[in-house]
Amino acid sequence: MSVKKKFKGLSDKAVGWLFIGPTVLLLLAINIYPLVYAIKMSFTNFYANKIGREPQFVGLKNYIKVLNKEAIWEKMQVTASFMFWTLLLQAIIGLGLALLLNRKFKGNELLTTLIVLPMMLSPAVVGVFWTYLYNPQVGLFNYVVNFFYDLGSFDMIGSSTLAPWAIVIVDTWMWTPFTMLICLAGLRSVPNYLYEAAEVDRASKWQQFIYITLPSVLPFLLLALLFRGIENFKMFDMVVELTSGGPGSATELASINLKREAFEKWKTGYSSAFAVILFVTIFGFGNVYVKVMNKIKER
Amino acid sequence: MDTSRSYLEPSSFSKKMAAAIIIVYAVITLIPISWMVMTSFKNVDSAISYPPEVLFEPSLEGYVNLFTNRSRQSQEYLDSLPPPDNWYEELVRSREMVITGPSKFLGRYSNSMIIGFGSTFASVFLGALAAYAFSRFRVPLKDDLLFFILSTRMFPPIAVAVPIFIMYRKLGLGDTHLGMIILYTVVNLSLAVWLLKGFMDEIPKEYEEAAMIDGYSRLQAFFKVVLPQAMTGIAATAIFCMIFSWNEYAFAVLLTQFNAQTAPPFIPTIIGEGGLDWPAIGAGTTLFLLPVMIFTIILRKHLLRGITFGAVRK
Repeated sequence: MSVKKKFKGLSDKAVGWLFIGPTVLLLLAINIYPLVYAIKMSFTNFYANKIGREPQFVGLKNYIKVLNKEAIWEKMQVTASFMFWTLLLQAIIGLGLALLLNRKFKGNELLTTLIVLPMMLSPAVVGVFWTYLYNPQVGLFNYVVNFFYDLGSFDMIGSSTLAPWAIVIVDTWMWTPFTMLICLAGLRSVPNYLYEAAEVDRASKWQQFIYITLPSVLPFLLLALLFRGIENFKMFDMVVELTSGGPGSATELASINLKREAFEKWKTGYSSAFAVILFVTIFGFGNVYVKVMNKIKER
Repeated sequence: MDTSRSYLEPSSFSKKMAAAIIIVYAVITLIPISWMVMTSFKNVDSAISYPPEVLFEPSLEGYVNLFTNRSRQSQEYLDSLPPPDNWYEELVRSREMVITGPSKFLGRYSNSMIIGFGSTFASVFLGALAAYAFSRFRVPLKDDLLFFILSTRMFPPIAVAVPIFIMYRKLGLGDTHLGMIILYTVVNLSLAVWLLKGFMDEIPKEYEEAAMIDGYSRLQAFFKVVLPQAMTGIAATAIFCMIFSWNEYAFAVLLTQFNAQTAPPFIPTIIGEGGLDWPAIGAGTTLFLLPVMIFTIILRKHLLRGITFGAVRK
């Protein structure tokens, strides 16, 4: 280290802080400060649209209100079932596609790029154009379904039994490529000698898949599902534009409800408490998940 | 039979089967996107015909409707007007309407451009500085700082939107380009730092050390030696930041309204008579998605690397 001091200009330490400083300051100002502010507001009866009215400290009242509200548990249930089905479908289809793409046939790379396209698009805009595809009178989706199996007239967005599936289908269409790419990276990281050794030991293809391929991809698949899980827990844009939470509240996910409470009813204190609860939930589940994932990796 | 490694290669039959299934999937997955592009070239009537028309007479009505505001007029009034000067005026009049002015689309689109490029530049620049420092120097609490930077990505946008809304109102940043640029810069920073640190780690230290022995200061060595070396990584990171800012909706819909609104909250509001004007929405969607699709196809190698980056490096 002493040699470096002879170079001209600022010391390394100064350059280090100069380089890291702006990033940390910005994150503190625009990310951490608002979060602390939200936690503070969650203990008050603040209404952001009533300027000049001094908010009062109400203790844990907002938290108790949120947790005792039956509607909140319904939203959590909607969110949980949305997450369950999207993650399950994306895991199965994504892994399947990755296994197929790993056979390295001709045109492989171009096809990968084409399959990846949906996940590059704006979720809100995707939501809008799927309302057209789902239109009960003129929609292409309804036409194609009726072409193969005559269901007559049905309304994916207008029916409260079908709407949850409408958002699952769009999310799966959009994000399966993500699971696929991560799994593909996992498959390509499996060293060839493992398969060679297995061949020498006369393991069947099926055994090779169960004992070599699957355990090597599993950590990658779990990681992809973690990312998707966090994103879908926060899901807002695509669903707002597709169903706006309806019909009734059949697809009203937690963040959509949060947005209504915060920006339509302006219950700032109450919605901040809800936001904190959501944040703690995702952080808690995320931590447990990572621990389980690391255990699986160690095996 | 011929080489010792041949048994590791999938057989030609299984390759063909795999290719066939993948092609079918790719076609199915591209149908919704192609359908939207096709719809943008339909006229309003053929967009709502059933069964859906695959073959249709192409029309630019959607694009004309996207860029103009129109009002319906009586036939007598239309007859009293001088003949139309241009093809789009004529097209609108055939629908018994007149153009009353340009629509907001161009403004929203350019807002998306300004905010997208501004925030991408800022987050890549700041991210590169921080990434370099994390990659080269002994920073106290390095791992904690890096994790802190990453964890800021887990916050649901709506959870911090209210405080940011209030803060921006106080600072006069609400509904401004600068406010949105700062916000998107911060959201992208964590990803930029993490991606760029990986790329910087790969550049040998010896390069800048050699430059410093030749009399460069640390800062000069960074700007003249390290940054040019990291160009590929910077490009890949920039694409990710750009795509995020371009597509972002939640903050845009909550924090902007008239002045700095971007295209994603605007496109759904394109309404024609008697419901949504599908060709116009198709046109807006097509023009909005086109840059991203072209980017993705041209820069696929960088992009795919960036996506799988975190997973592969652990």
